[in-house]
Amino acid sequence: MMNSKQLLLGLSMIALSQAVMADSTQRAHAVTEPIVTKPYLPPPKDTMPKGEFGDMVRLGKQVFTETGKYAPKYVGNKLNCVNCHLDAGRLANSAPLWAAWGKYPAYRGKNKMVNTMEERIQGCFTYSMNGSAPPADSQELKALMSYAYWLAEGAPTGVDLPGRGYPKLDEPENKPDYQRGEQVFVNNCALCHGDKGEGRKQNGKVVFPSLWGDDSFNWGAGMHRVNTAAAFIHANMPLGKGGSLTEQQAWDVAYYVNSHERPQDPRFKENVKTTKEAYHQHQCNYGEKIGKSVLGKR
Amino acid sequence: MNKSMTRSMVLAINLLVFSAYVNAAPSGETIARQGNGKGAVACISCHGDKGQGNEAAGYPYLAGQPLAYLVKQLHDFANKRRPNPIMQPFASALSEDEIKAVASYYAQLPLPKITSAKKSPSQTTTGEFLAKEGKWSVGMPACFQCHGDQGRGIAPNFPAISGQPASYIKKQLEHWRKGERTNDPIGLMQAVVADLDESEITAVADYLSEQSPTTYK
Ligand code: HEC
Ligand code: HEC
Ligand code: HEC
Ligand code: HEC
Repeated sequence: MMNSKQLLLGLSMIALSQAVMADSTQRAHAVTEPIVTKPYLPPPKDTMPKGEFGDMVRLGKQVFTETGKYAPKYVGNKLNCVNCHLDAGRLANSAPLWAAWGKYPAYRGKNKMVNTMEERIQGCFTYSMNGSAPPADSQELKALMSYAYWLAEGAPTGVDLPGRGYPKLDEPENKPDYQRGEQVFVNNCALCHGDKGEGRKQNGKVVFPSLWGDDSFNWGAGMHRVNTAAAFIHANMPLGKGGSLTEQQAWDVAYYVNSHERPQDPRFKENVKTTKEAYHQHQCNYGEKIGKSVLGKR
Repeated sequence: MNKSMTRSMVLAINLLVFSAYVNAAPSGETIARQGNGKGAVACISCHGDKGQGNEAAGYPYLAGQPLAYLVKQLHDFANKRRPNPIMQPFASALSEDEIKAVASYYAQLPLPKITSAKKSPSQTTTGEFLAKEGKWSVGMPACFQCHGDQGRGIAPNFPAISGQPASYIKKQLEHWRKGERTNDPIGLMQAVVADLDESEITAVADYLSEQSPTTYK
């Protein structure tokens, strides 16, 4: 019988031999980690179904990749879903849609209730997109649901598939540090995201998203947590070189990115202090004094 | 001396200083058309009358490329982070001011229109897929994610690549692969080529060469 290593190798050969067209989901740049073999691959991009359902799937992909254009009513910043869920929500270790599909409804500590898949997506609109929740029966949310459903074709329900979410990092050896993070940022990120994290637009279209400021996610979004951002960054950034930063560098730069102002937490209570007490008992800089001012004041 | 005399003297001195400056550094266009007379020959003889490149010889276009990108390449030829026997002596013969001048001249020209550009066939080819979708199975983003819609470039760091001669694109990708060109920031292009095999390099180079950087949405 094959041992598990051989099996893994066999599986990864199969995954690798998938033609370019078949696409997606395995990371080869994760030099610090063994190749994670994914037993689930979403259907190839060019195999979307025909007919009315296919049209809805296609619209869902458009809402996902050009959210500001296809769901303008519900978006309050310049981000698109794809900015944090790479390769149109297909990429493993980038919180792919196909891995989320079979895991909802689920209880979430964030809002202390059982969330459906629709409600999970609404959460990303409210916080990550700094906008408002599209109703469950809106065209936009139906389209996103159809797209996620199609991506998860044949995936098991209720199973934590490898590649779900962003791979958690161990606590860093040294406390995350602003100065070290700034250094990592200047050397590895500013090229695309700009010296002030402002990102870059071309012909009015965002080509590199902003990392802080008015065009970015708000203080309620998952990405404002230093641990979540560190996990995303370590697996996926610099673009095309995921896995190339050390874990310490990812923690430091995540701390630096999240030490800047961004749109207010929509759950804001009377003041920053009470809001922090109610909603920010985790690894984040909301309400902390960094430099001269307290974050979250704006 | 009265006030108006002082003024005209100041003006005269300014003019003198200004014309001396102009004499010292030939304009970007002059360098492009005639060279600098100190070892850098006329750029147009290889890069075309309008900086549009030379497809048959495989010489790249310079017109419309980002200023910072062009300046960096001239520095990199000179310091051999991008070794090239043809460009190295020319780049080394240009002063810092001349590099800025000639790069500015080319940067402000319009990107060339590739008249032989082909319409994509209805079936997506490997080259087109790599350019627009990437090869995420091994973590490679689409070429156009860094090089802009239709490969028209994203200033200041990402050059236009559509419409360059196929042989030129192929040569650059191979140089990165062999570690002969190492001047890409954060090693981004070295990571890209590590994910491509020989036939994919050819496919994407052919596809890009048939696109025009001037057609984008
Ligand atoms: C080569 C360009 C490039 C480099 C370098 C780069 N990024 Fe990104 N980054 C992107 C792009 C493009 C996206 C959006 C991905 C998409 O839409 O496919 C992104 C997305 C992100 C996001 C999520 C979206 C957002 O705006 O919050 C974060 C956070 C991020 N990058 C952080 C970093 C950090 C930290 C570094 C440096 C360690 C870095 N990036 C380096 C291009 C780059
Ligand atoms: C600024 C980054 C960002 C943007 C933009 C964003 N998300 Fe998310 N999303 C996250 C984070 C962070 C998580 C939590 C991942 C984790 O904790 O592993 C998440 C989780 C999810 C999940 C649940 C994943 C799972 O496995 O449970 C879904 C579904 C989702 N997002 C959909 C969307 C949609 C649809 C959009 C666009 C409307 C969007 N996201 C925009 C950052 C973002
Ligand atoms: C004898 C022919 C020749 C002449 C004259 C010449 N070049 Fe070049 N140039 C080349 C070739 C060949 C390359 C491609 C080098 C390679 O393969 O890396 C090149 C590349 C370049 C590049 C890099 C373009 C890119 O897209 O990365 C720049 C910039 C450049 N030349 C500027 C100049 C300037 C400025 C002059 C005039 C001072 C000049 N060249 C004169 C042949 C020439
Ligand atoms: C992660 C970002 C990124 C991606 C993805 C990317 N490139 Fe590049 N590319 C760059 C950067 C940065 C440069 C400029 C290097 C320099 O400054 O010398 C470059 C330069 C080039 C050049 C040299 C241009 C010239 O005029 O000499 C070619 C050719 C090229 N890329 C082709 C490609 C192709 C083909 C793909 C897709 C298979 C691709 N690139 C994907 C970042 C990227």
